[in-house]
Amino acid sequence: MSVSLPHATAVWRRNASMYARTWMYNLLPNFFEPVLYLVAIGVGVGVYVGEMGGMSYAEFLAPGLVCVAAMNGASFEATYNVYVRLTFDKAYDAMLTTPIGTDEILLGEVLWAVTRASIYGASFFAVLVGFGLAPLPYALLAIPAIPLSGLLFASIGLAFTLRVPTIDLFAFYFTLFLTPLFLFSDVFFPLAERLPGFWLWVAEILPLLHPVRIARAAFRGEFSLILVWDVAYVLGLSALLLLSTRGAVRRRLMS
Amino acid sequence: MIVRLEAVSKRFAERTVVDDVTLAIPAGTCFGLLGPNGAGKTTTLRMVYGTTEPSAGRVEVFGIDVNRDPRAVRSRLGVTLQDNVLIEALDPIDNLRIFGHYHLLREPELSDRIEYLIDFLELRSHAKVPVRNLSGGFQRRLAIALSLMNSPELLILDEPTTGLDPAVRMALWSKVRDLRASGTTILLTTHYMDEAQRLCDRVAVMSGGRIVADGSPVMLIAEHLQRHAIEIDCSADGERVLIAKLPPPTETIRAGGRLVIYADDAVAIHAILDAAGVDDERTRTIRPTNLEDLFLHLTGASLEGGA
Repeated sequence: MSVSLPHATAVWRRNASMYARTWMYNLLPNFFEPVLYLVAIGVGVGVYVGEMGGMSYAEFLAPGLVCVAAMNGASFEATYNVYVRLTFDKAYDAMLTTPIGTDEILLGEVLWAVTRASIYGASFFAVLVGFGLAPLPYALLAIPAIPLSGLLFASIGLAFTLRVPTIDLFAFYFTLFLTPLFLFSDVFFPLAERLPGFWLWVAEILPLLHPVRIARAAFRGEFSLILVWDVAYVLGLSALLLLSTRGAVRRRLMS
Repeated sequence: MIVRLEAVSKRFAERTVVDDVTLAIPAGTCFGLLGPNGAGKTTTLRMVYGTTEPSAGRVEVFGIDVNRDPRAVRSRLGVTLQDNVLIEALDPIDNLRIFGHYHLLREPELSDRIEYLIDFLELRSHAKVPVRNLSGGFQRRLAIALSLMNSPELLILDEPTTGLDPAVRMALWSKVRDLRASGTTILLTTHYMDEAQRLCDRVAVMSGGRIVADGSPVMLIAEHLQRHAIEIDCSADGERVLIAKLPPPTETIRAGGRLVIYADDAVAIHAILDAAGVDDERTRTIRPTNLEDLFLHLTGASLEGGA
């Protein structure tokens, strides 16, 4: 049976209307995280760093942190919030008594996680514009990297969430997966200048690296063919993960 | 037939939860699936609305194979799950609104339907109170309202009144009767025999995943049991003395610490009891046989679980 977009939209709408009620509490903590990094590391540490990659350290950090904001938004949604809807709220059990099927639940959750990632990424982008750290108009081309980061981390998060037996394992996901990604994905220092050739190839596995490279290229106004690989990586890995998660959703909800 | 199950089984790994069930539910009836917890009732319901796929057999609802086109089936039925699946932070109106979106209802139909259901289930006084502050009875009524959002032709109720106080149960029963009167087919599960007897035109008794009897409550009772149940308090020794004096083949069952004697002629049993002198006359009761007796008779176990 084909996936019904209107029904997936109804799933999206449920989450959106819940979010709209509490957006102040939801937006502020996750939104301030990259802002704090920007101020503490970009401005504070940046003074001692001087230049990085031919620009001020704050300017170097800015595009990567846009993707980090999107990653955070999508990850919280696809892990904790989906898990709560799955096990405590039993929201999906309710949906499955209506014409909504498991595919629509999965699609609706992906769309919502991308939406939330986009809200975070776009608000942080607006802050950068305010600080004068987003060179316009080139930097606007970084905007597509926001939903791409969202899609990628929604797909990874959902693939994880639908397979874990308990909520306790999310701490591992955040500290052993997302935090290393955050630290070693070209956000804080240029990998190309620090890694020997072979390891640079291995680093291509890191998911966050790809949206960050897209955003950085846009901020610099320098585009190259490698961005095609970055987009292909994001879309390809997301598609693979979502296809494999389809079965996991069915097994989890329809036994 | 609104619902038709043909030789349906469901196995989870080694465990057979539903075993070769065949059922047909005609339009406009209220059909009760009776059995203790763990009899396979909920799994059977899940197969009817297409959320559990049968291991064997075929499930048709409205003449449609549920596993082939669950969306077509689910757009025409409503389900009240055993556990309320409400959004606790939202009030009844917002819960209904979100559920309406699941059915792709649009304005002005959406608001009209919400207004109708708020009145029908008498939720008006609490329509703007967050669900987490509502009593169990209000929450249950809201859960039923949600399942009526799409004006279903078939309403499935899984244990609709478990855990509710008697007044709330009676109120819910009257709503179910209203729905049935307006032509909605109802499929419910319960382990309360009084509920089944009051509401259901037809019942199927389920035990260990199998259907052990299927028909109208009155006919099933007449078919399987004598007209009266005489309950007495008596010791195990007294029971042996008494059984020797009862004309064979009188059926007796020990249930809830009491001995139940089934007979068409209760007066004759009274005479035997008076002569035997094994029980306390003051605690002796005679009543018509009911679905609880039927269940004991068919399965040797109590409907409420544990004989």
